Amino acid sequence: MKRPVIGPWITIILGTLYFLVPLIATFEFSLRMKRGVYSFEAYRVVFGDPNFQASFTYSAVIAIAAILVGVLIVVPTAYIVQLKLPRLRPLVEFITLLPLVIPAIVLVFGYLRMYNSSSWLPLTNSVRGTDFLLTCAYVTLALPYMYRAVDTGLRAIDIRTLTEAAQSLGSSWPRILFQVILPNVRVAVLSGAFLTFAIVIGEFTMASLLNRPAFGPYLQLIGANRAYEPAALAIIAFIITWACMGLIQLFGGGRQRAARR
Amino acid sequence: MSFLTLESLTKTFGNQTTIHGIDLAVERGEFVSFLGPSGCGKTTTLRMIAGFETPTSGTIKIDGKDVTDLRPNQRNIGMVFQAYALFPNMTIADNIAFGLKVARKSSAEIAARVKEMLELIKLPHIGDRYPYQLSGGQQQRVALARALAIKPKILLLDEPLSALDAKIRISLREEIRAVQRALGITTIYVTHDQEEALSMSDRICVMNDGRIEQLGTPFEIYNYPKTRFVASFVGTLNILNGQVLDSTSGRLSIDDQEIVTARELGGASAGDTLSLALRPEALSIGHANGGSNNLSGTIDEVHFLGSVVRIRVRFKDNVVSLDTFNRPHSAPPERGQPVTVNFTREDILVLDRPAI
Amino acid sequence: MAETAAELARTRPRPVPLTWLGVVPFMLFALMFLIVPATLLMIGAFQDPQGNFTLQNIANLNQPTIIKAYRTSIAISAASAFGGALIGFGIAYAVALGHVPRWIRPTMMTFSGVASNFAGVPLAFAFMATLGRTGLVTALLTSIFGINIYRYGFNLLSFGGLTLTYLYFQIPLMILIMTPAIDGLKREWREASAILGASTWQYWRMVAFPILWPSLLGAFLLLFANAFGAIATAYALTGSSLNIITILLFAQIRGDVLHDPNLGYALALGMILITGLSNGAYIWLRSRSERWMR
Repeated sequence: MKRPVIGPWITIILGTLYFLVPLIATFEFSLRMKRGVYSFEAYRVVFGDPNFQASFTYSAVIAIAAILVGVLIVVPTAYIVQLKLPRLRPLVEFITLLPLVIPAIVLVFGYLRMYNSSSWLPLTNSVRGTDFLLTCAYVTLALPYMYRAVDTGLRAIDIRTLTEAAQSLGSSWPRILFQVILPNVRVAVLSGAFLTFAIVIGEFTMASLLNRPAFGPYLQLIGANRAYEPAALAIIAFIITWACMGLIQLFGGGRQRAARR
Repeated sequence: MSFLTLESLTKTFGNQTTIHGIDLAVERGEFVSFLGPSGCGKTTTLRMIAGFETPTSGTIKIDGKDVTDLRPNQRNIGMVFQAYALFPNMTIADNIAFGLKVARKSSAEIAARVKEMLELIKLPHIGDRYPYQLSGGQQQRVALARALAIKPKILLLDEPLSALDAKIRISLREEIRAVQRALGITTIYVTHDQEEALSMSDRICVMNDGRIEQLGTPFEIYNYPKTRFVASFVGTLNILNGQVLDSTSGRLSIDDQEIVTARELGGASAGDTLSLALRPEALSIGHANGGSNNLSGTIDEVHFLGSVVRIRVRFKDNVVSLDTFNRPHSAPPERGQPVTVNFTREDILVLDRPAI
Repeated sequence: MAETAAELARTRPRPVPLTWLGVVPFMLFALMFLIVPATLLMIGAFQDPQGNFTLQNIANLNQPTIIKAYRTSIAISAASAFGGALIGFGIAYAVALGHVPRWIRPTMMTFSGVASNFAGVPLAFAFMATLGRTGLVTALLTSIFGINIYRYGFNLLSFGGLTLTYLYFQIPLMILIMTPAIDGLKREWREASAILGASTWQYWRMVAFPILWPSLLGAFLLLFANAFGAIATAYALTGSSLNIITILLFAQIRGDVLHDPNLGYALALGMILITGLSNGAYIWLRSRSERWMR
């Protein structure tokens, strides 16, 4: 049964154009800073801007902190739910899906109400406190992705046998978790981490409403005041996203091949 | 005239020819199995009959009509797939009714036919259920009912039992054959399981490497295999090398011991080496069998398998395995013991006869 | 037998308290950063500034600005979800069943993974550089075809422009969701329907589409919720000139533009209800299609 292949090709080509044209246009635009010639002037300006460096570093640090906190919370929970408390699974899965249900702006609104200066835990009173709050906010944002990645990773290995083997050798629980289980789901944790990084690095709403000097609000500020730098920043942001996804593919793909073998 | 005929059917994928000119004539109401290892072309041939693959050359005729270029939905064929392939979104009744709905039959007619089909497969009360609520065996019976509901001219079954477990496989085997006999429908059955093919078919078409190795009744295929492939694929077999002593009287020598075969030696002449085959069940130890051929050797190995004891006997270069029944009151023979292996003239199969 | 079991139970250290301890950090975190904050907002929606129960906040939602903001948000979300679902399904179909070279598929999936996460402020920049007044495509259309799209009423900072921009992450998201679902259509179903006499159209109408329907509708709802909660792209693109619900809420949180903090809580409650409903329906539909696909 041969069917004409022209329709699918047209669809794919149009779709690809829709994806690529904005990127090309943005890139072209980012090169136009100097009158009459293409140059990387906009990138030079952006990279030279101390606010860029500061805000990017800030967001990267918060992102890494969020990844660490996320891993510490998610891995033991996913492990225990799978091994010991399967009846908790529906509840835990429901909770991890909540951040998809409650929009980020609503969540941060809730934080502002719950942790304001006159509350029982006035996190927003201090800079460190707000940083902590933002970190936790990002952990929440990334929770659905992190949990799903780790849960899938745990399913792929036989954690029961691994655990029993470690127990029979006399390992303690923390040792089992961090020296036996974690290395075996490293790939899953890494893909969750990169996805978290991609989501969090340019996040605007929460950082802006918590008044922290993060990369997202910086982007917005530049966008409101400059012409060519935003295009350069968009390209940079795209490359960062691409790098994160590429790394996930790289690790994930390797694992899939290994699993098939 | 035959009901289904394939004439020099070939199929080429890219630059690889997978079917090398198949000729086959199937009579009305006949049950023919395509038997062979995976990759032998049996499924491809079936899919060409169904219309899922277009033959590179050759013709397919059903009931005298050339259907080679018809699309699958114009051929009026029933097909049962290995993985059931029931539509998961429909009830069992809707699944069976699908072909009739597509053919725009009246709803009264559809309802009657669905009921009839459910009774035919002995599952009259499952019309309202969904496929995922049924066992594999039940799903495959429904698939059979769905294929038959449209009153197809031909029924094709593509390894329909291989996804099921052994017990259900045997009962469903009998059920499919019974339904096929009752309806008298011309059937092509693809399988790699020789026992299935032997027990169900009117005729078996043994295929290998895109060619028909042999076409014949189960009796012929098993007892008179024409090629070494058929002999070894169907049943278990001892293969021995023998030298021709005299081709007209059928005298042969195996490890310097003389035997006589009743089979045709073809054009072989004295001194030629032939491949000979003996079924384990044709051999016996001692002279109880009353056969005229005897070979002496020593017991090499004894495997006690319960009701059966499998004994391996070595003559010199040649080795044969044979089965004896376990007898509780006499101990099985021991290794190293000298024995005589007895068989009749007819039991020797001559493989790889030189072309005449 | 019973004795040995009892003995075993006595001698073996009971791991239950320890395992429960393991999920405590997660539960505590969920309470502190998900459940309690959201619940506080929902409670706040039913309180007056003094903390007494009232339905006034809900009633106060009924004012033109707020109604219009909800309407615009729902319209943009529905339009971008519908467009994304339609186009995304087309591409997923082409990739999965279109007989195209094998390398297209992983390329498209990787690209979709990137593009579905390329949202927020940078996406707004990209579309400004593309379809803004001085954007490349705008300029090319003017110089090559003599069509100034802005003269024909196009405006990136509008309903249509924002929808077009949202499609950039909606379509890839749809591709990511639907390609596995289309893969789930077994070849045998198509063949079985063909051999039973059905045309390709009948196969799609009676078999493939009903099987895909829950996934399709579910994906649409997910896309809808995805767009409904989004703000960064819209804010970076339009500032506060476009009246959608997230931007209104943003302004309210920043500076109490509604002059009533509790009204803000009601606003948030409305948003949770809408995204909650569409996500709930998504999960329900998904479990339904998974049951079939087993």
